[in-house]
Amino acid sequence: MKSLTTNVVIEARKLIKHFPLKLGFFKTLLSKQVPYVHAVDDVSFKIFGQEVFGLVGESGCGKTTTGRLLIRLIEPTAGEVVFKGINVTSINSEKEMRKLRSKMQIIFQDPYESLNPRMSVFDIIAEPLRIQNVTENEDELRERVLQTLEDLDLTPPEEFVFRFPHELSGGQRQRVAIGRAFVLRPEFLVADEPVSMLDVSIRSEVLRLLLGLIERYHSSFLYITHDVALARHMCGRIAVMYLGKIVEQGSTDKVIQEPMHPYTEALIAAVPVPDPEARRTKVVIKGEVPSAINPPPGCRFHTRCPYAWEICRKKEPPLAAIEKDRYVACHKYK
Amino acid sequence: MTLLQVKNLKMYYKTLRGYVQAVDDVSFEVNKEDSFGLVGESGCGKTSCALTILKLLPSNARIVKGNIIFEGKDLVKMKDKDLRRQIRWKRISMIFQGAMNALHPTYSIGRQISEAIILHEDVSRQEALERTGKFLELVGLEQDQIKRYPHELSGGMKQRVVTAMALACNPALVIADEPTTALDVIIQAQVLRVMKELRGKLKVAWMLITHDLSLITETCNKLAIMYAGKIVEYGDLASLYKETLHPYTEKLLTSFPSIVGPIRELSSIPGFPPDLLNPPKGCRFHPRCPQAMEICKGEEPILMKTHGEKHHVACHLYR
Repeated sequence: MKSLTTNVVIEARKLIKHFPLKLGFFKTLLSKQVPYVHAVDDVSFKIFGQEVFGLVGESGCGKTTTGRLLIRLIEPTAGEVVFKGINVTSINSEKEMRKLRSKMQIIFQDPYESLNPRMSVFDIIAEPLRIQNVTENEDELRERVLQTLEDLDLTPPEEFVFRFPHELSGGQRQRVAIGRAFVLRPEFLVADEPVSMLDVSIRSEVLRLLLGLIERYHSSFLYITHDVALARHMCGRIAVMYLGKIVEQGSTDKVIQEPMHPYTEALIAAVPVPDPEARRTKVVIKGEVPSAINPPPGCRFHTRCPYAWEICRKKEPPLAAIEKDRYVACHKYK
Repeated sequence: MTLLQVKNLKMYYKTLRGYVQAVDDVSFEVNKEDSFGLVGESGCGKTSCALTILKLLPSNARIVKGNIIFEGKDLVKMKDKDLRRQIRWKRISMIFQGAMNALHPTYSIGRQISEAIILHEDVSRQEALERTGKFLELVGLEQDQIKRYPHELSGGMKQRVVTAMALACNPALVIADEPTTALDVIIQAQVLRVMKELRGKLKVAWMLITHDLSLITETCNKLAIMYAGKIVEYGDLASLYKETLHPYTEKLLTSFPSIVGPIRELSSIPGFPPDLLNPPKGCRFHPRCPQAMEICKGEEPILMKTHGEKHHVACHLYR
């Protein structure tokens, strides 16, 4: 089944998302141009069949927006999303889009907010099945929901179906949210920091379940996280984002062991290591991420970059292939 | 030299359903200029423990037993008035969890920091403001930031402001409760570096409360692992890492993904932390412990010295 793994499942092509800034009444009258938050700016990548692709970056870098654009929860300002040869962004009919949605699902960050408190676990997991009309009758629906609960180690499932979210622990809630996403056996999933709200001792169990389900249903996966160490454990390839742009992309091992972009280097150096004997060189960069309303001209990282030259202030470096499957957007490599 | 000694401290919250045993028989020592880490998962009692040291407790909390000896004085027996005048902020200060979001939005940061100085020391406003500027510089902000308001500052800068505030009265001990959880890794590394530098510069001891073990290894020289209101393992960072004794510590350590070294499977602990209203009998970890024996169900292990003076563990495996 080699062909499966080389198949592109979903592709982002030059995705751009600018959010208009809300101004006060007088400012709207006075200003000629509406300022925009440049959340995602010209982002392209491919995710292959049965692959876990990581999107890593600090808060506000646009990783969540990218995830949402990919399953068209929000409309892009420009650019395309292609899912198995279908241009998702050009679909106009609600009906067609809904059909496609059964194949692309999302798991949100906070299981305390993403589950409806008035719905029982059964209804939460059955809802996607009902909306998509995939089951013949109620018995089949029930069977499917119970099976999903069992897949998630929420056993015995009969004990969980009538519970409400407030009767579940954080880890159990997130499993229900994962169940809701997987019950339709989607081909592509976005997980937006699925374990960042959970305690460490519970985290690994949820991740193990997640990886198991991906393998079983041959799904492809976009894993959004701020935790580089976690991405290392989950993903085959990662892309590092900074201020709405991908600055580096490649196989996880290579990007983490030999980071090429100065930002990736700084990000990885800042990650604390749970081992007192691991002494590493520390390059702590100064300053903070500039505003995405007026991103710096040229390379967006030049204001904090220890290697910045003249050209970095003027010209934006393109994301260029340095070696096979390794892309870096930096003037250092030319 | 010992700065703070907590002995058999028990603090319970009284609720309608009974007593929540948030801090149960906890003992540890912090030396001068130590950096002590208190680690545990959410709800294990680490914040309660810190609040008990400063006696900043809600009305339903009771210190049931134990002593908190700080610079020779027992804070448990001390009157509230004396504690306020002599200890809080002057000798022990605290960076509360989420403190950076609790800054007063309509006061300049200079005024907020100098307020703490004026309240505790007999100085003029001018002197207090000068000192504020000095402390802002120490935490890596510029002097002229003194006139700024919280909304003009970023998260990392606000965290530096509350750090400066905690240090403003030259305390001997600063308790920092999850000081970097809301920050991104790069900013976190910057703030931790400042904390590390100031330890030597100002001769201050830190007590760092966190759920993130990797932070402790980067900043502390001594740590205690808490589980369900109790300290299960306690000792020097180096010896604790070299020889992890308690099954909980071991599981906790291996459940953190690391960015260096070989990729190993992340371990997980089945079940979830117990309800502190009705903690399990015997060792509180026994229902989740892979090495639980018969004795663990009935008899509670006590925190004892093993492997030399600097390493304590509460587990029946090491009797």
